[in-house]
Amino acid sequence: MRTLTFSEALREALHEEMERDETIFVIGEDVITHGGPYKVTDGIAERFPERIFETPIAEAGIMGVGVGAAMAGMNPVVEIMYMDFVTCAMDEVVNQAAKMRYMTGGQASVPMVIRLPCGVGRLLAAQHSQIMESWFMHVPGLQVVVPSTPGDAKGLLKTAIRSPDPVLFFEYKRIYTSTGEVPDGDHTIPLGQAKICREGEDATVVAIGPMVQKSLEAAVLLEDDGYDVEVVDARSLSPLDTETICESVSRTGHAVVCGEDSSFAGAASEIAAVIGENCFRDLKGPVVRVGSPHVPMPFSSELVKHVVPEVPDITEAVSRVMM
Amino acid sequence: MALSPELCKKMYTDMWRIRLFEEEANRQTSLGSVVGALHMYCGEEAVAVGVCSNLRDDDYVLGTHRSHGHCLAKGAESHRMMAELFGKATGTCGGKGGSMHIADFSLNMLGANGIVGAGIAPATGAALASKLRGTDQVSVCFFGDGAAARGTFHEGIGLGALWKLPVVYVCENNQYQQWVPRMNVAVLDSVADMAGSYAIPGVSVDGQNLVEVHEVAGEAVERARKGGGPTLIEARTYRFYGHSLGDEEQYRSSEEVDEMRTNHDPIQTFLLTMMEQDWLTEEEDMEIQNQVKDEIAEAVKFAEESPYPTPDNVTTDVLAPEQSDKSRPGEVAR
Repeated sequence: MRTLTFSEALREALHEEMERDETIFVIGEDVITHGGPYKVTDGIAERFPERIFETPIAEAGIMGVGVGAAMAGMNPVVEIMYMDFVTCAMDEVVNQAAKMRYMTGGQASVPMVIRLPCGVGRLLAAQHSQIMESWFMHVPGLQVVVPSTPGDAKGLLKTAIRSPDPVLFFEYKRIYTSTGEVPDGDHTIPLGQAKICREGEDATVVAIGPMVQKSLEAAVLLEDDGYDVEVVDARSLSPLDTETICESVSRTGHAVVCGEDSSFAGAASEIAAVIGENCFRDLKGPVVRVGSPHVPMPFSSELVKHVVPEVPDITEAVSRVMM
Repeated sequence: MALSPELCKKMYTDMWRIRLFEEEANRQTSLGSVVGALHMYCGEEAVAVGVCSNLRDDDYVLGTHRSHGHCLAKGAESHRMMAELFGKATGTCGGKGGSMHIADFSLNMLGANGIVGAGIAPATGAALASKLRGTDQVSVCFFGDGAAARGTFHEGIGLGALWKLPVVYVCENNQYQQWVPRMNVAVLDSVADMAGSYAIPGVSVDGQNLVEVHEVAGEAVERARKGGGPTLIEARTYRFYGHSLGDEEQYRSSEEVDEMRTNHDPIQTFLLTMMEQDWLTEEEDMEIQNQVKDEIAEAVKFAEESPYPTPDNVTTDVLAPEQSDKSRPGEVAR
């Protein structure tokens, strides 16, 4: 095991996969000259100069090229500089990549990974900070993956690249510099598998992305109140590991679902609905969501701290469901 | 590809296949056997056939919502296409696509497309795939004049030109964007003039003239195959029917349609050429037409007798059946 940053782990996954399979190529804005805005594609141009394409600012074009190349047998890894910009390529993602296999009766395969740096990082306000996981969860034919640690980032990106269907790969910008252990060797994690990060008996916190770490911190604080909290990292939002989530909730009888995105119609809402449908008779309290209020991301740090959920929001929510 | 009597007969036959396939599909719509939108290609046959007659089986084609012609010209089987229009399990897409989404990946026909202008960047991507693999496959994207107003036209052709990819962009300018005459909503009369923005050749051709389309497309395909990069072709053509079935066509006069049908029918124009060159006798003409009529009658019979897809098909083909990292074909294990 080595300790790497989140972005180093992603970079390692890209290099290893490109070494393994020469149908993989990288395409996006500034991916060569600057190594991408967060340096994830750094060094690829030196090692695989024929398989990295730096584009003009043309998200629909980039995404469409990815779809066509994928249908013609390649494995594109598309980088959208900030996930907010994927809205400029929504037809290509939603009407083309997602529906192609179904519309053609199974003839088409679109093995494409769409890397999406998302969420609040530096203070870049509303058009460079959105999350939008649930937008893509709602579209059949797309897979939505959200790693929370460097080890999972590497393992999930490698699996995403090997998937025969499109994957929206969410990279929370403010954990790019976080560090963690990364297993040696060809480390892959199946899509659709949640991870129990901490076992507990009294309540289950299902968390997404950076909320996993905060939930673990909250769980430590909640020990003082006498609550033994289980933390489940969803990791993959579509397909969603309903089995692991529901088994945990049925066992503990209490559930809090935490995401950084707006709770309203967000990923946490779907998870809460799944818990409600499957675990109702085991629940001893309401299922509560923790997330952002339903507002665009503001600029001022004084405002941002009232938007992005933090550890006290989680401890408060757990205390509430335990009452 | 030089014109030989054999090739001409093949192209003539293909135009009839498109014409009679669609007229039969139209009739089946009125009978209620074919449901959903049917965008008729009749009148534009010389474009699909003139372009695709320059292509190999392994070349890529991407189409539009008006793509029966592109599929048939690329070699798709009429009986499976008809079954698709009927919504049957034996259709090209198992009844999941319908008229606007017919695809035949065995012929590298990567699909019609219900979104205007949506095929341009993917065709560019398929061309990028050929370049990366080091093959000399060419990609062709058909799109209408309406697509030239979309951002995907600019972005897709821009990338194809930037990387000098083996792709031919074929604009079928049929003068109408759904129900709006093109020049009510466009500034440039010729879409070919837009090629200058991408520093690629732009050629305008009479889309009712098969020989001209075949030659212009032949040069473009050859240039692409030899590494010379993309070409933008504008084929000026005309749709004999409205935007889709049921269109009252209040935006154009019946005189205009009659004039085009009488004097600019691509099939009749090419027939005259072939007769003048002594490439076709009247008997051979009748033989071809009868043979195509039989093919289409068989197609309808096949579609009628085919089963509908079963309910378990609703949830298949959303994702690949095996979501396993070992299931990718063509991968080299390390």
